[in-house]
Amino acid sequence: MGVDRESARTIQNSPDRESTRGLQDFPERENSKPMQDFPDRETIRAALELRHTKPVQNKICAARVAVCGLGGLGSNIAIALARCGIGGLHLIDFDRVDLTNLNRQQYPISALGRPKPEALRDELLRFHPYLDIQTSFVKLTVENIPELLKDELFICEAFDRPEQKAMLTNCVLTCFPEKYLVGASGMAGFGESNSIRTRKILPHYYLCGDEVSESAENGGLMAPRVMLCAAHQANKILELIIEGSGT
Amino acid sequence: MHMVKINGTPENAAGLSVLEYLEREGYVLDRLVVECNEQIVPKSDYAQRLLADGDVVEIVSFVGGG
Repeated sequence: MGVDRESARTIQNSPDRESTRGLQDFPERENSKPMQDFPDRETIRAALELRHTKPVQNKICAARVAVCGLGGLGSNIAIALARCGIGGLHLIDFDRVDLTNLNRQQYPISALGRPKPEALRDELLRFHPYLDIQTSFVKLTVENIPELLKDELFICEAFDRPEQKAMLTNCVLTCFPEKYLVGASGMAGFGESNSIRTRKILPHYYLCGDEVSESAENGGLMAPRVMLCAAHQANKILELIIEGSGT
Repeated sequence: MHMVKINGTPENAAGLSVLEYLEREGYVLDRLVVECNEQIVPKSDYAQRLLADGDVVEIVSFVGGG
């Protein structure tokens, strides 16, 4: 085990500093410069191979995943896959970051008001600077899904509203039976971690969640259980990428 | 008795259309995904598609949250 440089770094934490961070593309670069040069693509790849092994990393780096909806599920799925060194992400959402999102969604205060795709892209690039990210600040509909998702093999359904979940799932499974879809239903509340599960519905369609815990009008979604469900989705995608998606 | 297996439970639903079954059971139609024998049933087919003896059906009814 090497020395953890992250913990050795001195980090000043003040409200002023936090509120101005998002204005720069790579604020960490400034902070880390006295410690080491900004790592190039090959150096980061080598570090990931040390953790994941080279054959596994080759598959992860060659894969691209579309994340539909960048709320509590999608933002956490994207971060988990980016931490693994995924080759590409297609981030899709029509919404902007709101203060009520921050109880579970992976955005900083400085992202308030920004379109979610670009705000999340900036967060991901802070730790995976060579990630190939396509952003689509658009609402997915039955009309635009065939065009927007035609080049994807792996798709995450990470929407909030049940009608949107059903629309995307029906559309993808009908238009693109060759693609892999991992969706979610039921992750509101707290506790009962083990009722969150991954279930194979069709050979190319998996559903994560407890399938019953519905978000209420005035809330009900909390970070730990939403993150559990997002982790199930990211973990299934990763399994499909590494173990081969042939069924 | 003609049985259709729906979400793991044998049901007396053979001869009904998918739409008739969903309405009988009180499903909210725009929150559903229906598959029959490992094939998605497109929403446009709900009215015509008849359930048959031996069919294995899975109905996913989404709940909100994400």
